Amino acid sequence: MALKREIDLDLTMRVRLGHQSDVKLRARAKPMVVEDDVIHVHAFGTVLNLSIPETYSKNKEERPDKQCKTTVKAGVNLPRPYQAKRTPREKVMTLAKTLKYAVSAAAFAAVATFCGAASAGTLVINSDTSDPAPKAAWEDIVSKFNKDNPGIEAKLNVYDHESYKKSIRNWLTSASPDVVFWYVGTRMEQFTKPGLLEDVSDIWDKRMSDGLGAVAKGLVTDGGKQYGVPYTYYNWGVYYRKDIFDKAGVTAAPKTWTEFVDACKKIKASGVEPIVIGSKDLWPTAGWFDYIDMRLNGLPFHMDLMHGKVSYEDPKVKGVMDKWGELMTNGCFVKNHASTSWQESQASLFQGKSSMMLIGNFISPNFPKDVEANMEFMRFPEITPGMKSYEDAPMDSIHIPKNAKNKEDAKKFLKYVMTAEVQEKINKALGQVPINTHAELKNERFLKSGAELLGKADGLAQFFDRDTDEALATLAMKGFQEFMINPDREAAILTKIEAERKRVYGEIKK
Amino acid sequence: MSITSLKPLNLTFPDTWWRRNQMWVTPLLLLLPAAVVFTIFVIIPIFQSITLSFYDWDGINPKKWVGFSNYTELFGDEVFWKAIFNNIWWLFAFMLGPVFGLALALFLNQNVRGIRLAKSLFFFPFVISQVVVGLVFGWFFNSQFGLLNELLSHFGVEPLALIEGENTATFVVILAGLWPQVSYCMILYLTGLTAMNGEVIEAARMDGAKGWNLLWHIILPQLRPATFIAVVVSVVGALRSFDLVSIMTLGGPYNSSTVLAYMMYEQTFLNFRYGYGAAIATVLFIIMDVYIAFFLYSMLKREAR
Repeated sequence: MALKREIDLDLTMRVRLGHQSDVKLRARAKPMVVEDDVIHVHAFGTVLNLSIPETYSKNKEERPDKQCKTTVKAGVNLPRPYQAKRTPREKVMTLAKTLKYAVSAAAFAAVATFCGAASAGTLVINSDTSDPAPKAAWEDIVSKFNKDNPGIEAKLNVYDHESYKKSIRNWLTSASPDVVFWYVGTRMEQFTKPGLLEDVSDIWDKRMSDGLGAVAKGLVTDGGKQYGVPYTYYNWGVYYRKDIFDKAGVTAAPKTWTEFVDACKKIKASGVEPIVIGSKDLWPTAGWFDYIDMRLNGLPFHMDLMHGKVSYEDPKVKGVMDKWGELMTNGCFVKNHASTSWQESQASLFQGKSSMMLIGNFISPNFPKDVEANMEFMRFPEITPGMKSYEDAPMDSIHIPKNAKNKEDAKKFLKYVMTAEVQEKINKALGQVPINTHAELKNERFLKSGAELLGKADGLAQFFDRDTDEALATLAMKGFQEFMINPDREAAILTKIEAERKRVYGEIKK
Repeated sequence: MSITSLKPLNLTFPDTWWRRNQMWVTPLLLLLPAAVVFTIFVIIPIFQSITLSFYDWDGINPKKWVGFSNYTELFGDEVFWKAIFNNIWWLFAFMLGPVFGLALALFLNQNVRGIRLAKSLFFFPFVISQVVVGLVFGWFFNSQFGLLNELLSHFGVEPLALIEGENTATFVVILAGLWPQVSYCMILYLTGLTAMNGEVIEAARMDGAKGWNLLWHIILPQLRPATFIAVVVSVVGALRSFDLVSIMTLGGPYNSSTVLAYMMYEQTFLNFRYGYGAAIATVLFIIMDVYIAFFLYSMLKREAR
């Protein structure tokens, strides 16, 4: 049994105030949420949960499609005893304004008039978009979806990022919501391999595939089938201080590795730390590994490594560490970065104590007003000449769990999120790049240069800790941190990482 | 009115099942709610956790029985031994809690103006959240922007990388943990000192006892219950240390300041190795059990006396 949300409820409430006579109150209100047997409605200054009598809901087919009247019993938690010293008339006035501290324990019944009941599906969407701006944007999108699709009642539940990662494993294997927020690539395949996500290849028609692009489509594809819809991504790269570069005599942004190391030396000589990093959270170190590997060995090798198909003791991986080690020998990085988080480390950049940082575009809204004009973005320098253009670009997506109850409407929602209009809206709120190429980009220079970089990329990685097994990632990133502090331990560190790779992925298949 | 109308009052109660058995049924009934809650939320999870430690499970794929291999892997894991050693350091260092606590308590146990304010200020570290303690100490010792190095730089000293150093990080975290622990022990001793029998001390003074003699032979024996509790809470505090590690270093740099509780959290909720995490939990559980058994034994022995 369900009702259209547009319908006005005509509510009458009788309130018994202590031993005085009953008082009648009337209000008109729209229901907020309509469930099988309960209507949630905001009225009389509180939220009422009206339970619909069973006899009423049973006969929904026979119900005439016109005004109908039923009495529903409603229960609310009434607040503390009424104690105000006022005349009965005033009591009622207070009550009508807010129910919050007015009433003594009183039972009441509400008479609700509603009509035109149409069957509708509830759509449960679980998301981890708990930051204020994305949360508001998604709430907006969901309510617009509800308006555009009468008969579908989409409900958005928002969880914080950390607990979401733990809970999604429970949801997918037991009682599932209809839509979940998650990540493309390896993180998605983790769930598609045991068959926990619904195949949504049919909504990837020609028009949508063209709009979202082959790279994005590939990232939600497993075994030739699509399992979700990506809606946002952002670029990584080197953010640097133009003014410090100029002072040190670095006139152009370094394009190759040699130029990059030279620039480091010049900046170091000018008395500024060349590169800042905060390795407490470990992942900032992985950005360096990802980029050096992709620039040196290319994306196919990098992905093989991520999927455990290559040994970490492979000479090519050793090559990555050696390149990285060059930066340490030349004193390119700030010292003592192990207890500094990335947020804490950016202060050094803004204060002019260091000149560059390899980080995602999420740093750009943090640039202080007086520094912003001096901040510039550059692509990570080329190492192997002529290597194709590969970038780290973590991408977020939405999916339908296999156990979802309302898959039909869930697909409608996924299709809705594919549209340029929705992607534009959400990405303007996130300050990120939409996947749909027809969606307009927010007018901001770092976002533009990032989008340009991604648009030209030949392939995308999702970032080390999303591309490989979680346990291997944690252990390896600790190894990277140790390597950055003690480059001489390179061999021992790679042996340790290789042992964990073997535990997770097994022996290398020749 | 004749005297016959006064009948003797019948004082015998009907002999029911309840009357016969209430002496043992009542305590059982009173224990029942707590016992049920304890079983559901403590006993059963313990056994579930031990069972889980024999499986390989990531939360999505079916559980796979692996026997003792989680344990063999654990005992071969250098991080595990690092965690055990760090836990032992915690344990030793936390024994300073009662010592410093006693010293502070003796110092503050006097009647001068404003001593109550002084006492509450010394108790302050225990009242504030561990998260705040961790942040304050973490920032104080941070070598890039910390107050300590800011001060040292005025004397021309090179920045000290204590919290960033693989050999020193764990001691910085322990220092942060000790701060609230000392004030906790101090309060325990202060209440002990307040409850002390003044006559005994007076008698001892008459006999010529003073200084260390008085403290060692007269005061300390009377403070024994407080000492006992102070040591117990310090040991438990050292073994379950997690929050400070998680806030100050995340076990780093590269595991050098990890402890068993943090390693367990990391393996379970960051690496999604539920079985391996459960194996660490079981080891921690056994270590705690040995200690608690010793504690119960000595407590019962004392009560028997």
